[in-house]
This record gives sequence, structure tokens and C-alpha cells, in this order.
Amino acid sequence: MQFFFEVLIAGLLSGVMYSLVALGFVLIYKASGVFNFAQGSMVYFAALTAVGLHDKGLSLWLSVPLTMVVMVVLALLIEKIVLRPLVAQPEISLFMATIGLSFFIEGLAQAIWGANVRALDLGIEDVPLEWVLEKANMAISQFDLIAAGIATVLVATLALFFSRTKIGRALRAVADDHQAALSIGIPLQHIWGIVWSVAGFVALVAGLLWGSRNGVQFALTFVALKALPVLILGGFTSVPGAIVGGLIIGASEKLAEVFLGPYVGGGLEGWFPYVLALLFLLIRPEGLFGEKIIRRI
Amino acid sequence: MFYREAGQFKSSYAADSQIFPIRQDRIGFGLIIAFAFLGVPLLAALGIVSNYTFTAILTPFLIFSLAALGLNILTGYAGQLSLGTAAFMAVGAFGAYNFMLRIDGMPILLAFILGGLCAAAVGIVFGLPSLRIRGFYLAASTLATQFFVVWFVTKVGWFTNYSTSGVISAQKIRMFGYTFNSSMSKYLFVLGVVSVLTLLAKNMVRTNIGRSWMAIRDMDMAAEVIGFRPMRTKLMAFAVSSFYCGVAGALFAYAYLGTVEPEGFNLDLSFRILFMVIIGGAGSILGSFLGSAFIVLLPIFLNIFLLFLETSLHLELPSGISSSIELMVFGGLIIFFLIVEPHGLARLWQIGKEKLRLWPFPH
Repeated sequence: MQFFFEVLIAGLLSGVMYSLVALGFVLIYKASGVFNFAQGSMVYFAALTAVGLHDKGLSLWLSVPLTMVVMVVLALLIEKIVLRPLVAQPEISLFMATIGLSFFIEGLAQAIWGANVRALDLGIEDVPLEWVLEKANMAISQFDLIAAGIATVLVATLALFFSRTKIGRALRAVADDHQAALSIGIPLQHIWGIVWSVAGFVALVAGLLWGSRNGVQFALTFVALKALPVLILGGFTSVPGAIVGGLIIGASEKLAEVFLGPYVGGGLEGWFPYVLALLFLLIRPEGLFGEKIIRRI
Repeated sequence: MFYREAGQFKSSYAADSQIFPIRQDRIGFGLIIAFAFLGVPLLAALGIVSNYTFTAILTPFLIFSLAALGLNILTGYAGQLSLGTAAFMAVGAFGAYNFMLRIDGMPILLAFILGGLCAAAVGIVFGLPSLRIRGFYLAASTLATQFFVVWFVTKVGWFTNYSTSGVISAQKIRMFGYTFNSSMSKYLFVLGVVSVLTLLAKNMVRTNIGRSWMAIRDMDMAAEVIGFRPMRTKLMAFAVSSFYCGVAGALFAYAYLGTVEPEGFNLDLSFRILFMVIIGGAGSILGSFLGSAFIVLLPIFLNIFLLFLETSLHLELPSGISSSIELMVFGGLIIFFLIVEPHGLARLWQIGKEKLRLWPFPH
């Protein structure tokens, strides 16, 4: 039983990390109706830039804000070059454009910083918390806990930002209907610039956390693929959905790997989340918290 | 002046419903086919077309065209976005391999067809969710196909005949006592299969079944109201598309690579085929071929270009940068195409045809 809880908690904590990546998707989808496949590449790009600058001799306190500036510039460029010409195109074209974008960003990151794996040290040690180990005899990583804390703060801030501020309301208006939002005077381009910048920020945080855990490498882009089942489970349009979905996916994936894995030869982690999300969708086609899709002719 | 249909009258239903209603098109297409079947081998015999051209350009071009055609049926015609193409190719390849391996004297074509049918069955199973979910949710859930199938084939040793590395070597292609050994004969074999399947696809999309796909794509609810059965139509699209991808996968293993492992059918391959469809033009048979040609040729030309830059400017490009630049050009081109011509290369060809009609007179 103890082992079960240990696995469960480890799963939940890694689930928080998935939610962090999924959050970037949700933000952009909510505000612009674009399913941003490039989020994973942005995570990679952000982490690689931060580490690259750090390796060049800048301190972390300098290289991270600098990376943030780079991400904002990237966001504005994406808005100007990719999204603006594609306004009012079908969603599927926008989606495919972001697949192209993800290739471009991956190539760009590697062209600038090289394809080597780089280590990133945030100064948080990945050791089990001692008092939990003593009290309950469970190994819970300190790093995971801190990462989960950061994610929680980030999510709470974003939720407030979306529901309380003027920009947040404008974002939701744009998400509802581009043209209607434009016609009542909401500056669409401006909003998109902001939202992509925020997504860039989320990518940076996710990239730093994931990167310091597994090293900054190309595999970071696959983390984003893991965020997809989180999204379909939680619903594309819901920030809480991304969190809950992440927790479910993280926990079930670890439990499946540990308890079912030995019977089928392991490697379940690769596909289990997708199949789980798929089965879930059969019951609720719009995800847990997604907006109910009303379809008319 | 030369390309116009004035004076070509259709006096029978057969003439009205033929694939190429314009005589110039018929002649042009006939020439292309004749060139592909006769001209290319002739040039090879004369030593103009090298072995490399067959193995690195022509054969993969045809195989990818077939896979792109399969995906185009599903995405372009039936409107169901799929990111699991490579998985269906894997099913086709490993299915054909096992039919050849387990049954003595299995004709190769039959093995390919059976492999394709296995892929179709898998396609139907994984297409079932499309009845409930649509759009991005469906796209994300087709990833389940991609990861599950590759994992399954890797884990179950029976599929790879318990080879320790998971790599299989495809059997030789033999038909009527003739073994397709040389790269040219393999090319001709692939060309034959692809031509037949393309003809079939062309006829499917312009008859009843293709129209029901397009109706579902354009608005599935409206299609349902006017009497198309969404379940049958969607599953049919999944089955046919997977069959094409499966046969393409079998060709990929037998005529192109020779030895394959399940990991070879990864997500990257799925994306490459999706790009062929986007760049070539979704909802167009011709587009599948154009897109495939583009994606197969792009890295080759890019490499030549980079090499040229290096030698002519005496630049020392760091190793690995060319693959990064390839990625960037790839991504950039996709965005470029979506912005400039969302309907792909096939659309450019159509515009060109319109222009050609008037040429050389402006009006």
C-alpha cells in the first residue's frame, strides 16, 4: 500500500509538470482558437536559450529574463509573420501552420545552440524529502514538490488574470469570435501578441523545470506530445481542466507502468495516456471541463 | 491556343464521365505513363538514369505518393485529420511480412493485399472514435494509434519473428518465377502497384463513395440530414485510407528499405506524409504525388545547395547544421504554402491550366 501511494504521489507530481506544458496549449487555444502544436518546440527553444546564455557565462538571474525577452520577440514575430496572414482561415490550416512552426523553431534552436544535451542546474536538488521518508517511509522528491508549487502559483495567477483583468476579458472575447471581437474594438493583433508571449513565458518555466530534471535535449519536444492527452482529457478550453487532466494522466501513467507494466513487458508509458484519453473521450467528447459543443446546421 | 477544348464534343455518357475529359490531358497523361513505364527503363539502359535515382528518388517518391494518397483520402476527402499514418504503414508492412513468412508459396501481391486489409481492420478500430469526436480531439487521439501500434509490434515478438533487435528483413519480391532484384525492376513493380491503386482511388473519389466523404467533410450534420450515414462513410474512409497506407508500408519495407524495424514507422514519418498532403493539396489525387515529389526532393536539393555554398564561399559549416537548416526550411515552407496557397501545389497546377488556355493570347 505504501508503495502504491509512493507511485501515486510521484505520478501526481509529474502530472503537474504535464499540466504546465498543457497550460501553454490551453492559453493559446482559448485566446485564438489555434491549436498550437509548436508549444513543445517553444519549451525546447526557451530552455535551450536559457541554458545557452547561462553557459556563455551569464548568471541564471540574467539569462532567464533575457530568454523571456527573446520569447516575447518570438511571440510577436509569430503573430506578425504566421498568424496575421492566416486570420479567418479554417482552424485546421492554423493547426498545420503551427506544425510547420514547430519544425522551424526546433531547427532554429539547434542551428543557434547546437543539438547537444546540456545540463541545467537550478540549485534545487532532486532528493527525497527526509521527514516524509522518516515518518511514512515514502520517497517523495523535493524537486517535484517545488516544481508542483511553482506550477500551482502559475496556474492560480493565470486563472486570476483570465477572469479578473480587462485583458483577460478581451482574451476571452477574442476566443469566442474573432470578428465580433474586432468589431467591438478589441485589438486582435495586440491580444494575440500578449497571449503568445504568456505562452512563451509558460514554456520557459516548463522548459527550465523539465530541463533541469532530464537535461535540456531534443526529447523535451516530446513532453509536449504528452501534454496532448492531458488536453483532450481536460478539455482544450479549460485551465482547471489542464491541471486535473495532468494529474489524472500523470498518476494513471505511473500506476499503469508500475503495476501493469510487468505483465506486458513495460513501455506502457508511451501510449497509455493516449488510450486512456481516447476512452475517456468516448464518454465525454469535449473533455472533462471543455465547453459543450453545440452544433447546428 | 494549344490547350483548349473547343471543338471536342461529347456525344455519349461514357465520353462525358471519363477521367480526363479534355483530349490534351489524355494525351499528356498517356505520355507521362508511357515515359514512366518505358522511357525511364530505356534511359536507365542507356545509362542516363543511374541506380541512385531509382533507389533514392523514384521508388521512395512512388511509395510516399501512395501513403500520401491514403492520408489524402482520409484527411483531404473525408475531413478526418489523422496523425497516425505511419502506424497503418507499419501494420501493412508487418502484416505482409508475416503472411509471406507463415504461409508457404504465398503470392506477394496477395500478401500485400492481405497486409493492407489488416491495416484497414486496424483503421476501422481506431476510426471508431471519429463517430463521437472530431477536429483536434480526433487528431490528438489518432496519436494513440501511432504509439500503441508501434509499441505493440515491438513488444509482441511474433510479429518480428522473434528477431532480437526487432529488425526484419523483407523477403524477395517474386512473381511468376521472376525475382525483382535490381533497383529498376523494383521501381517498375512499385509503379505498377501505385498506378492500379491510384486509378482505383480516382474512381472512388469521383463516384458515390467519394461524394459521401466530401459531404461528411464539408458538414457532417448536414450530410447526415440529407441521408448519408456518417458511421458507414467515416469508417469506410478510415478503412480505405488505412488500406492504402498499409500497402504503401508493405512496399516501403519490400521495395525500398529491405530491412525495417517497428521504430522506423515513427511519428516523424506520419508528419512527413501529412506535410506531403498539405503541400501537395488536400483533397486532390494529383496533390499527393506533387507533395510527395516535393518532400522527397527537398532534402536532396537542400543538401546540394548547402554543399555548393560551402565550396563556393569556403564556409566551414559546423556539422549537423545542415539538418537544422533542413528543419527550418521545411517548417518555413509549410507556413509559406499555407499562407500563399492553402490549397497546395495541385491548385497551382489548376491555375496554370487556366492560364494555358488563353496562352499566348491575353484574351
